Amino acid sequence: MKILVCVKRVVDYNVRIQLRPDGSGVITDGVKMSINPFDEIALEEALRIKESGQADEVVAVSIGAVEAQQQLRTALAMGADRAILVQSGDDAQPLTAARILQRIVEREQPGLVILGKQAIDDDNSQTGQMLAALWGRPQATFASELKLDGETARVTREIDAGMETIEVDLPAVITTDLRLNEPRFVKLPDIMKAKRKPLDTLTLEELEVESGNHLEVGQYEPPAKRERGVMVEDVPALISALNQRGLL
Amino acid sequence: MSRILIIAEHDGTRLNPSTAKCVTCARDLGGEIDIAVFAEDPAALAAQAAELDGVAKVLTAVQQGSGHLLAAVLAPQIAAAAGDYGYVLGPATTFGKDLMPRVAALLGVAQVSDVMAVTGPHSFKRPIYAGSAIVTVTAPADMTVVATVRIASYQAVGTGGAAAVEALNVSCDTPEHTRYVGLEASAGDRPDLQSAPRVVSGGRALGSAENFELIYKLADRLGAGVGASRAAVDAGFVPNDMQVGQTGKIIAPELYFAIGISGAIQHLTGIKDAGTIVAINKDADAPIFEVADIGLVGDLFQVVPELEQALAES
Ligand SMILES: Cc1cc2nc3c(=O)[nH]c(=O)nc-3n(C[C@H](O)[C@H](O)[C@H](O)COP(=O)(O)OP(=O)(O)OC[C@H]3O[C@@H](n4cnc5c(N)ncnc54)[C@H](O)[C@@H]3O)c2cc1C
Ligand SMILES: Nc1ncnc2c1ncn2[C@@H]1O[C@H](COP(=O)(O)O)[C@@H](O)[C@H]1O
Repeated sequence: MKILVCVKRVVDYNVRIQLRPDGSGVITDGVKMSINPFDEIALEEALRIKESGQADEVVAVSIGAVEAQQQLRTALAMGADRAILVQSGDDAQPLTAARILQRIVEREQPGLVILGKQAIDDDNSQTGQMLAALWGRPQATFASELKLDGETARVTREIDAGMETIEVDLPAVITTDLRLNEPRFVKLPDIMKAKRKPLDTLTLEELEVESGNHLEVGQYEPPAKRERGVMVEDVPALISALNQRGLL
Repeated sequence: MSRILIIAEHDGTRLNPSTAKCVTCARDLGGEIDIAVFAEDPAALAAQAAELDGVAKVLTAVQQGSGHLLAAVLAPQIAAAAGDYGYVLGPATTFGKDLMPRVAALLGVAQVSDVMAVTGPHSFKRPIYAGSAIVTVTAPADMTVVATVRIASYQAVGTGGAAAVEALNVSCDTPEHTRYVGLEASAGDRPDLQSAPRVVSGGRALGSAENFELIYKLADRLGAGVGASRAAVDAGFVPNDMQVGQTGKIIAPELYFAIGISGAIQHLTGIKDAGTIVAINKDADAPIFEVADIGLVGDLFQVVPELEQALAES
């Protein structure tokens, strides 16, 4: 079985983002970029499945500018067998990303596609579900446990009410939650080895991806700011501050 | 005027408060509002939905099987019903987040996630980068808008309505490739984290599941729901459904206690709309104090029992 893993290049989660003064977007020049943390978890899961003998190839896919090759190289260093960059100028919105991934799925015929539950830049949490719909296959979102059993997968999902378990037939789309696993660190020799692994580049034209029906993205603005409040010395002062506000 | 369809969220017997909040958002769009209830036994749920103010019609669709709602099963039914509507809304809870993008893709349209404000017939504000920025997006005017509503941004509509209840007739194949196995709900008779007016949350500093008792005791004294940081969940002190933040629950209680929580941006995004934030932390420089309305620097293992005791006596 082949596993396809989606890897999005995003602003590192430790960076405090800044808006462009004209509100046209977020400043990314000179800012640390990384693999979306949920996608690292997706890749780790795929690698563990391969290492357990239940898969024989892990393919990492990214959609974006040529710079996303860096994140794909990291994915190869972590252990992916090969990588595909689908070059697109604009930041692909989830519907477009899902249409592109559908084309890749048609070419690659994976048994599993693992994505992050959300990209931490746009926080959309849509792409996996959309791919599953277009492909007409099951989705198991927000996975915190994944067990493969021949032609099916049993997935535990983190939902608002607790932990839900579902069973899906393969091929299927899985999206990862934070507690699925802890991704491995990349070792130096693996970075060297990764340089020799194949990284192919495809264009939207080659894939004949349907476009359209995008959201038009307008102004970016800072969120309403919460002001720093008062500091109290001790518990009695805390209680009176709460009482003053009529909160007790 | 365009018609709006809201997908009800429920647990089989009770309508989730997220549905009444979606109605508030829908009212900002203007138009006739219908609610669709998909359930094994929808009658009682439909009656609850029919009471919500401003609802024109409640549509019920009986679901086979365990009664647990699977996105793969619901989405084609909703997509089939969507033709009559300008908008299809669901809550930005795990239920809606799982479901609505699947609906949108079947309709071939983009989806708007986490609507926090309606700014025009097809324009919405939504948070990105863990709430560090707000962006305005506009959906194509000639297509159905599929969106999830950030429930912390809206109050629930009142009750007192008496909408008509009708059966929803859609015919489509329901897939069998996805099967419900079970739900491990965290036992608890404490107030629901997402709708409780008071919430007490604990972080990594609690150190163990046993020590988290301090948080439960204080919460019970206040009649509050209980939350946690990701670090506390990852460390196994509490179950996952208590996580507050970017990748957990987004909440808006009147009163929020952050105890032994540093205030990482991913946590803060979950409490931006809280009324009053109280922070208890032994580090005076912890970022949580930058957003707290009331801050107390101290050791939680002293402060929390003392606070609980004082509340008990007052
Ligand atoms: C993709 C991604 C998503 C994330 N999503 C979330 C999310 O949804 N929710 C979330 O919460 N986090 C999330 N995080 C994690 C987040 O970045 C922080 O790591 C986490 O919130 C830290 O939890 P904490 O504040 O409990 O722990 P810490 O940051 O370790 O803080 C512990 C605090 O306790 C204080 N303390 C220690 N001892 C005491 C004492 N005796 N008395 C009083 N105070 C004491 C310390 O001064 C410190 O401020 C996410 C991270 C990533 C990368
Ligand atoms: N441009 C992209 N390149 C690769 N993977 C992507 C891209 N956009 C989205 N994804 C995948 O889809 C997941 C969810 O993204 P989103 O729907 O944007 O929140 C991410 O965690 C990735 O796994």
